[in-house]
Amino acid sequence: MDSCGMKQGSPLGAALDAALRPLHRAPGRCSTARCAHVIRFENVGLRYGTGPEVLRDISFTLPPGSFHFLTGASGAGKSSLLKLMYLAHRPSRGLISVFGQDIARLKREDLPELRRQIGVVFQDFALLGHLSALDNVALPLRMGGAGEDEVVEHCTELLKWVGLGNHLDAKPSVLSGGQQQRVAIARAVINRPRLLLADEPTGNVDDGIGMRLLYLFEEMHKLGATVVIATHNETLIRRFEHPRLHLENGRLHVLHQPASSWV
Amino acid sequence: MAALPTLPFRKRFDLPLAKDPTARFLLLITAVMVYLAALALAGALVVSDMARRWDSGLAGGLTVQVVPLSGPGAAPLAERLEKTLAILRGTPGIRSAAALSQDQVAHLLEPWLGREGAKDPMLPVPTLVDVVASGPVDVAALQSRLSAVPGVTLDDHAAWLADLRAFAGSVELAAAGIVLLVGAAAVASVVFAVRAGLAIHRNVVELLHLMGAPDRYVSRQFEAHVLGLCLRGGACGLGLAALTLFAVTRAAGSLRASLLPDASLTLGQWAALALVPLIACVLAVLTARWTVLRTLETMP
Repeated sequence: MDSCGMKQGSPLGAALDAALRPLHRAPGRCSTARCAHVIRFENVGLRYGTGPEVLRDISFTLPPGSFHFLTGASGAGKSSLLKLMYLAHRPSRGLISVFGQDIARLKREDLPELRRQIGVVFQDFALLGHLSALDNVALPLRMGGAGEDEVVEHCTELLKWVGLGNHLDAKPSVLSGGQQQRVAIARAVINRPRLLLADEPTGNVDDGIGMRLLYLFEEMHKLGATVVIATHNETLIRRFEHPRLHLENGRLHVLHQPASSWV
Repeated sequence: MAALPTLPFRKRFDLPLAKDPTARFLLLITAVMVYLAALALAGALVVSDMARRWDSGLAGGLTVQVVPLSGPGAAPLAERLEKTLAILRGTPGIRSAAALSQDQVAHLLEPWLGREGAKDPMLPVPTLVDVVASGPVDVAALQSRLSAVPGVTLDDHAAWLADLRAFAGSVELAAAGIVLLVGAAAVASVVFAVRAGLAIHRNVVELLHLMGAPDRYVSRQFEAHVLGLCLRGGACGLGLAALTLFAVTRAAGSLRASLLPDASLTLGQWAALALVPLIACVLAVLTARWTVLRTLETMP
């Protein structure tokens, strides 16, 4: 592992490791002390406008290299919690620390670099319809200033890895739901994120494809990424031995036992 | 609506701005703005140049008129002309003084009276004396001496030159006002088009923002889009302005009577006109950047 807890690769993920862009992070940004946790929430509350709090007194810590499922009934606040994690919202109260940095104290110009270390798979994929699969996957690299040769090389490799090597130039509109999902996931992981968040990534695909997608997240986890997956799919949750963050009525319960141990 | 072709310097946009309905609007409005600004500037340059030429031609010169007098006791014109020339030639600072021939005077009157009318012997045409100064002339003292000769008037062009300078200044001021107004309208159009683009593509802009796109990454796409449109619109506007000026110059040159001044532009003036679309592009790009960055600042 490096100082950030990123593993240097595993036999199973060797091909994926090769496909992903090598780490290009500013030195000194994540000292070991700073990376003691990837995410830390302390008494966080969130309300939209003047409405009631949809998240209340949320406190938890995600250590580097952890894998959690985020569960809860519809409307429990899973998407809101993920949005706080990928910095789409600011909390109404409480403290959020990402990669050891209090986001309330960060300057605006520091946020893009922080965000580029977070990969997000959106529930509706959020692919750009006018761009090809390759260009969609290339977005995080291009906005990070990667060279065009490097962009094409890594995006091609990764799309081949997720089984879309023959669809590099295909627009999302001609891809199936499962293929779009894989493009969305490839885009989320291409920059080798330290934190990978997914909002119902298996919601629109059958169990077989869902299982393959989860294996992809497993590979990212083995490469050192901290993973949080919001899902309703109990079959998948029971298949993988990871703790869960459970939301109920806007409050979070951290269940450290693997799902298989539950009754 | 079909997308406008992108320029070669920007092959890929994350934002599909070329398909926006505002793209054609901005292209058209830029062409019109550059056309108007170029014409206003050309007008100011022509008038300024004309005023400068007239100024240099008339400054320091004097014109004396000896008007025909009627009635008993009036001295003959030739006698008064001789006295006038003698006074003028004896005045310090005057190099030469010569009366214009009848043909020369008729030629000056031709544009207004026509060839036949200008040579009508019944016309009470004054005799003009062209005075060339070699140094400063005491106009007041000369005026006093010439007052001894009846029917003689002295014109040092001071009032006329003052009017001309005031007119040229007014035209230049009006042209500057038009250019400023056109510039302000262009800025407002760019702000409108960029805001419309941001509203149309808000989802994509937010997505790029959340994925870690720096504000300048997003603004550069709008800047490149606006620059492409302004370059094309500016080229069209400048081309149309050049055609208009060419047509005006041709039309003025074909007038039989040379009532209009020479409206042709020098190479330097054409170069100044060519700067109009470039300045419009710089203005548009800076406006687009400012608008996008201001909008992005509202995002978390």
